[in-house]
Amino acid sequence: MAEKKINLLVKVWRQPSTTSVGSFVDYKISVSPDSSFLEMLDEINNDLEKKNLEPIAFESDCREGICGTCGLVINGQPHGPIPKIATCQLHMRNFKDGDTVWVEPFRAKAFQVMKDLIVERSGLDKIIAAGGYISVNTGSIPDANAIPISKERSSIAMDAAACIGCGACVAACKNASAMLFVSAKVSQLALLPQGQPERTRRVQNMVKVMDELGFGSCSNTYACEAECPKGISVKNIARLNREFILANVKSDNIEA
Amino acid sequence: MNWLFRSLNSSIGKKVIMAITGISLILFLLVHLANNLTLFAGPSTFNTVVKSLDSIKPFIRVIEVILALIFIFHIFNGVRLWYENKIARPTPYAVNGSSKNSTLLSRTMIHTGSIIFIFLVIHLSTFWNAFNFSDLHRTHSYYEFTADMFSNVYYSIFYIIAMIILGFHLNHGFQSAFQTFGWNNNKYFPLVKALGFLYSVLMAVAFSSIPIYFLLIGGN
Ligand code: SF4
Ligand code: FES
Repeated sequence: MAEKKINLLVKVWRQPSTTSVGSFVDYKISVSPDSSFLEMLDEINNDLEKKNLEPIAFESDCREGICGTCGLVINGQPHGPIPKIATCQLHMRNFKDGDTVWVEPFRAKAFQVMKDLIVERSGLDKIIAAGGYISVNTGSIPDANAIPISKERSSIAMDAAACIGCGACVAACKNASAMLFVSAKVSQLALLPQGQPERTRRVQNMVKVMDELGFGSCSNTYACEAECPKGISVKNIARLNREFILANVKSDNIEA
Repeated sequence: MNWLFRSLNSSIGKKVIMAITGISLILFLLVHLANNLTLFAGPSTFNTVVKSLDSIKPFIRVIEVILALIFIFHIFNGVRLWYENKIARPTPYAVNGSSKNSTLLSRTMIHTGSIIFIFLVIHLSTFWNAFNFSDLHRTHSYYEFTADMFSNVYYSIFYIIAMIILGFHLNHGFQSAFQTFGWNNNKYFPLVKALGFLYSVLMAVAFSSIPIYFLLIGGN
């Protein structure tokens, strides 16, 4: 029995390079509802390559929601219409026969389009380089009960650590703010004993670099939380604010 | 003092300024409302209240200057944030999906705020101006002046619409300030949100009740 396919009109943002002008190009495709969104783009690309045309440039790596490279804005929503999944985990069964699907790159001043749907997200790496680490060697895995910390606390830290650095929070925010990302990275370390020595410096430096890179300021619309594939809570942003305010009030360092 | 300046100029610092000035204005509105509600007690009560405020003018003036500074910081900082945030996304999306991930009120603070600003200018140039620098100074007929103003249907309707929009602005602003201070936890945040909603409704309804009252009783 022939598999039932759905017919879609896919409008994809095409832009040859950062400096060139982009526009939407229409692609008609008949696709299996069981295929993933990225497989659907693969099919379009196979077709384009057969015709000797330039394939659509988009990023992906793990295709299982771990690496955070695959972010696309689908019908106005980063990672598409289904909450708490990455673009690679979105399946075509979530679209209806005859639908028009708009595919755009993440948009922000700090995320310049490199080609088609690929954006420059190294700004997030620069924020991590400013403090999202601990400088001491932690050695091998300690015994579970060697570090005095409550289950609740470690769970909240682990929830924050689930952030895959995809940048969907920036893409979703009307202000293109990276607060949810930064708050997750600050929280995961601020909550754990290993993160304490650099706690003050970390939050000050990470916020400073975030601001310098041209991300916007958070205005508490909470769009980030709604679109985050890992369900990172805006409570982390509250924690970031608290950490930053306390760091600036308490620390003796007037240069920070 | 450079560190303080830098802290307040950071993205989080600007939020903190919005939150501190916002909370101050939220408290001010309560005092202002309490004052307004004495209108319901009739002309003599209201006129006596305003007159007694008039008799401590130097003190009131100091408060007014502080209040003006709070307003200016809130407005200046709000406009600045809005402008900088516009620049942070130079190319808009072709499909705007924001209605699926955030509330309309949270996204329109600059618009509701602008309307409140227009209201503020008109309010100051009518009521505040008249109460401070007109004949009312001698006659102390503040109640009669207010009744007269609100007997104008257009002015009253404008006033009521402005108060509803103020309610919209406050509903987002109230909980937003708490989030900015970092006071968001499972136990208290739902309470903060509910309190903010109640407060906003109270402000919109109670402030509007005055023009509605005067419209109903028809002037004096
Ligand atoms: S907070 Fe969520 S949306 Fe933002 S980068 Fe991390 S995983 Fe992606
Ligand atoms: S490809 Fe790795 S998260 Fe989607």
